[in-house]
Amino acid sequence: MNKVIEVKARTEATAAPDAESAGTPAVVRKKRHVRRRIGPLDIALGALIPVVGIAIWQFYSGSGRVDSFFLPSPLLIASTVADLGATGELFTHTGISLQRVLLGFLLGGGLGLIAGLLVGFSKRGEELFDPMLQLLRMTPNLAVAPLFILWFGFGELSKVVIIANGAFFPMYVNAVLGIRSVDNRLYEVSKVLAYSRFDTIRRLILPSSVPQLLLGVRLSLAVSWLSVVVAELINSTSGIGYLIYYGQYNSRTELIFVGILIFAVAGKGIDSLVRLLERRLLGWRDTYKG
Amino acid sequence: MTTHLLEIENLSKRFERQGGGVQALQNIRLQAEEGEFLTVIGPSGCGKSTLLRIVAGLDADYEGEVRLAGGRIAGPGIDKGFIFQEPRLFPWLTVEKNIAADLSLRDKATRRRVSELIELVKLNGFEKAYPRELSGGMAQRVAIARALLRNPRVLLLDEPFGALDAFTRAHMQEALLDIWQTNRTTMIFVTHDIDEAVFLANRVVILKPRPGEISSIVPVTLPYPRKKTTPVFQDLRLRVLSEFEKIEEVAWGESGAGI
Ligand SMILES: Nc1ncnc2c1ncn2[C@@H]1O[C@H](COP(=O)(O)OP(=O)(O)OP(=O)(O)O)[C@@H](O)[C@H]1O
Ligand SMILES: [Mg+2]
Repeated sequence: MNKVIEVKARTEATAAPDAESAGTPAVVRKKRHVRRRIGPLDIALGALIPVVGIAIWQFYSGSGRVDSFFLPSPLLIASTVADLGATGELFTHTGISLQRVLLGFLLGGGLGLIAGLLVGFSKRGEELFDPMLQLLRMTPNLAVAPLFILWFGFGELSKVVIIANGAFFPMYVNAVLGIRSVDNRLYEVSKVLAYSRFDTIRRLILPSSVPQLLLGVRLSLAVSWLSVVVAELINSTSGIGYLIYYGQYNSRTELIFVGILIFAVAGKGIDSLVRLLERRLLGWRDTYKG
Repeated sequence: MTTHLLEIENLSKRFERQGGGVQALQNIRLQAEEGEFLTVIGPSGCGKSTLLRIVAGLDADYEGEVRLAGGRIAGPGIDKGFIFQEPRLFPWLTVEKNIAADLSLRDKATRRRVSELIELVKLNGFEKAYPRELSGGMAQRVAIARALLRNPRVLLLDEPFGALDAFTRAHMQEALLDIWQTNRTTMIFVTHDIDEAVFLANRVVILKPRPGEISSIVPVTLPYPRKKTTPVFQDLRLRVLSEFEKIEEVAWGESGAGI
């Protein structure tokens, strides 16, 4: 697929037999650990479709064949970003949205984790909480948002609660799933090794559920990120959601695009961070890596 | 009171199921001496795993008496090591941490014992490897080291080499005999393989199915190391094989699947 990488891999393969004959297993194992580096060709390949798309878009919008109100040109959007950056508004709006997402995620995800552990570990807890939580899970965030505004006012708290409400359920569901998916064969090992209840939780159940817990974190962050739009579109005078709302209200469509762009970039950034964490924590996993 | 390390008396075990049950074990009487190597052999479904799991304390629902060092077996414990057919290592732990398991490697004595065991199972250089980096035979040796670290009175092995190829299997048999001769841990080793049973054992216990009963016990007095090609070995092998064929015939006849 990739010439640069193939050549690199081949030189490594020819170097390996020496290491093996030297009888140093550590070196041999190192070789298997080599992580595939992302080369310039990978980036070029990934960027191909967006770049061509943007070029065509610029060609049509820039030439005036499409009304800028319907579809502002990429250059107009870029210059708007530059303007907002110059005034500092870009960063204050992004900052306040990020802060809300983070607080909402910490509150909702944290409670979701606690509830998930409670329900996951105890049959009684499951009987007590799960039916109610499953019912609440099915209520759309948008539908309950007005209630939160009514109860918590127009300030920051209601926004954080709206986000937390969204962040709670993915974390909860995946925490329960993670705990309940422990391999029974490893559970038998923990019995044969006479693990205490505490050790069974710490050394078997929690490590087993790390992949599912991380998935919970990722989904929960994604939902937090979606919910901040809800919160800021409904009631706000700051944040990226507000930027979009303002653009719509004042017929400045390019602002809507800027808002979408920021959501996409920041959302991807957060997701990449979690995946980095995942790769560090789940290096032991023996799965197909593509 | 008694001199036997392990005493099994009138052990019966029945699995109840809808539409009748299975008598997995019936009136098993068996003793193992300290330091003895017992192999248990029998056709599939005759209750070998069931017997081993009861001795391990993994299954407490049985009739009869099972005593280890004079005490009734109440549940799993580190005095009874268990090796499953698959290595069952914790995939998120390195080799040395898998062996240590709930013991801390920061403890000097534990660390020294773990190093010794890694030496014993010949995995030097792989202390920091993860299970996915090991071959089947290497992983099974880690499992053996993990069980030995707890200094069990008895090591129970349920077809531990069943999933290995013939070459690795022969190598592992010798490795296990080495370990046994160094440590003198009492071994109860379940297998399908008659060669393996005769090669390893002081006594070969032959089980027959439906209900699972001891059909006969063949003592093997050949000195170690044994050679599978010698005539004496072949004689013993044939003896076990003929016992085995007898019960196979009975089993097939009873189930109405006679040829
Ligand atoms: N958990 C269980 N529930 C119901 N029946 C069981 C259970 N475990 C085992 N049995 C039955 O008990 C009998 C003995 O099973 P066991 O697993 O001990 O056989 P085995 O000798 O180990 O066979 P194999 O050589 O195939 O491993 C079988 O008839 C099996 O169907
Ligand atoms: Mg079995």
